[in-house]
Amino acid sequence: MLISLDDRLSFEKSKPGRRAVSLPKGRFSDGDSLRSIPKGLLRQTSIGFPELSEPDIVRHFINLSRKNFSVDTHFYPLGSCTMKYNPKVNEWAARQEKFTALHPLQSDATVQGMLQILWELEEGLKEISGMDRFTLQPAAGAHGELTGMMLVRAYHAAHGGPTRTKVLVPDSSHGTNPASAALFGYHVVEIKSNSHGCVDLEDLKQHLDEHVACLMLTNPNTLGLFEKNILEITKLVHQHGGLLYYDGANLNPLLGIARPGDMGFDIIHINLHKTFSTPHGGGGPGAGPVGVKKHLIPFLPGPLVEQTKKGYAWASHSSQSIGRVKLFHGNVGVMIRAYAYLKTLGKEGLRKVSEAAILNANYMKEMLKDTFRVATQGPCMHEFVLSLKSFAAQGVHAGDVGKRLLDFGFHAPTVHFPLVVPEALMIEPTETEARETLDLFIEAMKEIAREIVTDPEKVKTAPHTLPVRRPNDVLAARKPILSYRDQVREKVLLAEAAA
Amino acid sequence: MPYLSLTEEEKKSMLGEIGVRSFDELIKDIPVSLRDPKILLSPSLSEPEVQDLISKLGRKNTTTRDALSFLGAGSYEHFIPAAAIEIVGRQEFMTAYTPYQPEASQGTLQAIYEYQSLMTELTGLDVSNASHYDGATSLAEAALVALKHTDRLKLLVARSLHPHYRETIRTYLAGTPYKVEELGFDVKGNFNREELTAKLDASVAGVIFQTPNFFGNVEDLEGISEQLHANGSLMILTANPLSLGLFKSPGEWGADIAAGEGQPLGLSMEFGGPYLGYFVTTQALMRRIPGRLAGLTEDADGKRAFCLTLQAREQHIRRERASSNICSNQALCALAACAYMTLLGKKGIREIAEINWDRANYLRQKISKLKNFEVDSGSIIFNEFRVKSKKPFARIEEKLMAQGIFPGVALELFYPELKDQFLVCATETKSKEALDRFVEALAKC
Repeated sequence: MLISLDDRLSFEKSKPGRRAVSLPKGRFSDGDSLRSIPKGLLRQTSIGFPELSEPDIVRHFINLSRKNFSVDTHFYPLGSCTMKYNPKVNEWAARQEKFTALHPLQSDATVQGMLQILWELEEGLKEISGMDRFTLQPAAGAHGELTGMMLVRAYHAAHGGPTRTKVLVPDSSHGTNPASAALFGYHVVEIKSNSHGCVDLEDLKQHLDEHVACLMLTNPNTLGLFEKNILEITKLVHQHGGLLYYDGANLNPLLGIARPGDMGFDIIHINLHKTFSTPHGGGGPGAGPVGVKKHLIPFLPGPLVEQTKKGYAWASHSSQSIGRVKLFHGNVGVMIRAYAYLKTLGKEGLRKVSEAAILNANYMKEMLKDTFRVATQGPCMHEFVLSLKSFAAQGVHAGDVGKRLLDFGFHAPTVHFPLVVPEALMIEPTETEARETLDLFIEAMKEIAREIVTDPEKVKTAPHTLPVRRPNDVLAARKPILSYRDQVREKVLLAEAAA
Repeated sequence: MPYLSLTEEEKKSMLGEIGVRSFDELIKDIPVSLRDPKILLSPSLSEPEVQDLISKLGRKNTTTRDALSFLGAGSYEHFIPAAAIEIVGRQEFMTAYTPYQPEASQGTLQAIYEYQSLMTELTGLDVSNASHYDGATSLAEAALVALKHTDRLKLLVARSLHPHYRETIRTYLAGTPYKVEELGFDVKGNFNREELTAKLDASVAGVIFQTPNFFGNVEDLEGISEQLHANGSLMILTANPLSLGLFKSPGEWGADIAAGEGQPLGLSMEFGGPYLGYFVTTQALMRRIPGRLAGLTEDADGKRAFCLTLQAREQHIRRERASSNICSNQALCALAACAYMTLLGKKGIREIAEINWDRANYLRQKISKLKNFEVDSGSIIFNEFRVKSKKPFARIEEKLMAQGIFPGVALELFYPELKDQFLVCATETKSKEALDRFVEALAKC
């Protein structure tokens, strides 16, 4: 048995009187001075934390970690998520006490090495993306989008003219795009994809008018296609006075190959936890630096790092700045990792990364195209989408194939996205995978295709080898149990009902 | 490049198998005018060179460990148990994605569920999300929840709330129909009750308080939730989570939302991030919570299982109608807090709060006896407090820095009227000798 069968919560393992951490006994202030605190300010209720010894706790968490797929243990071809290898020298760098023990409000003179990293990281991002300045504050891609929408609003407000109320997003866009725009009251308008899976220029033209604030675009898009009309798209939007926002989720195939800034984008975010190899952490932390062209620099959140004669320093906000979007300076630990990655890549490594990402994706697509329908024509960039609609006859859905892949030791691709492809399976191998891994995955996919014909039940009820199988999410949503408190409450209710 | 696996031969053969003659055929959709941009980057470094560079840059910093630091103001120096560091370092947690495939993510999901459970215990409220970016953004989302839930337009924010939080809330609400008004503080630094009563009208969606507030004072919030609820407004509270081992919890104060910064729960200061935004609320507001939630359920074979739940609130399902746009959160930081709180346990969480209280109170007592400095010994504090210097603080700071002491955060930066006042923080990391050394150094100023 490789994985412990003990699935109890830490709370359920608790025994009164057990302790883990030992803390200093001595008190410095007068013995009874705690009594000087008015009772009305003191906590009256007990805190129901579990009581466990250190070995209990360590075993508890290490066993939990073994119930996870991760990049370090499994191939993780999750489309649009860029689950590339997370280099260990990056971790080493971020764990140095010389960075972890820095307080964010220390004086500039005491943090010159730190500020130099932030400055040089920004310089690198500017070069790679073709933008003129970055704020490093946003904590994630969606936070970058939010910042971007604030910049759009501030820019238009400063320039007068017609009221711009619309944000355009392609129907293949990530869910965060419309959600970010809507958060500020923008009217979100979906632009159709054409039969090739790219932005339909005619549809775009129909929606372009003086009320367009911005077009948000991912390029390559979520189908893995580079928008070949990109120069015309950005020109059209600019002609109508709108701005262009680049969702950097899919930047990985463009390093050293093409730059969003040259395509005509005004604002861009970069997911350091995708393209720049920092770990996803089970959902975060990431970092979503936002870059802009010159005309938007005054609106950036502050402060920004400047290089001065006396060294690096935080400069004060510009008067037009939208203001701070986050506490302190952003997810600095993520930036240190990205910086170490940037230094390892260097000028010559950039293009190699993107070339291998594109090559791996095209190879997989080619090897799978006779067994599964590819949603697009011609070569892809770093990812591609299969449509499993033809398996509907057997009652097998894309999600089922994803689950069955888990039994073969592969994380599922992104399933049922993008929404424009029925029964979509979106595959992004990234550049760090070996050909042998790709071949094993391809074999597994072909085997599953055979199973769908010979034994569809096996696929529909997968996975068969993992600690749990198909958690009931309908039940979870109907009767939410979101904490141990809820469990205890539920038990009491059940007991009362029985009595 | 050490992270690439394809050999030159493999590349060539794969191009052949794809059926193209050259790589350029694969990127033919990219307009030629865009291709091969000139990029100025330094050459690739080997791993020893990268390590050397990082070490060199590190040596240009003076850390809170190199010096004796009394800096707080929203980022706190705390002891982190070695076991917590090892747990968070597990690459099976660190290199996993968001647990959208529950079968492949039971570890992450159970850890999030336990984090949520610990946070409900600590705050005394019903439902915790899986984490937000940080205290400032979590509070900004809480503000949005209050505005949408009450369908009102105004928010009152205590001016004794962390200045970065106030600024972030203002940034989030700029250009919207929503308005933010501030509540001043009295001479002791506590929020002004009369002003609250005067400003609390039918347009107020919610009021945001901090305790201990930015000046370190534990606020007396007796009767506030009743006053707010009678007005149909929500009470939003941000508290240093570690202080809750000793002081009244948001649940006990009757708060509707507890949102704030979880960094004191086992996260290093790291120059400001990554930290942990916590967001805990009542059953009544459960379906308005931003971000992910892990829930307990059963699998197809009736076994206990965990999965993400109530996803119909989220952007990947609801797109422009989502309750928030958040996607990536701070999951690994929540894991760190989860491990930290579990390691402290029921008794440890109270003890560590007491030790913090003890260190700061001892230091305040000592400083109160110095002739060039004033403190308010009557205020109830947790682990930081305000000091007023009779001499220009800039000179004192300079003097102490030369002795390897970071004396605290100048308040004038955030409150121009608080000239020569500074915020001093002392946590469990400070020995008696260290505190005495600081007092002696101040005495010579």
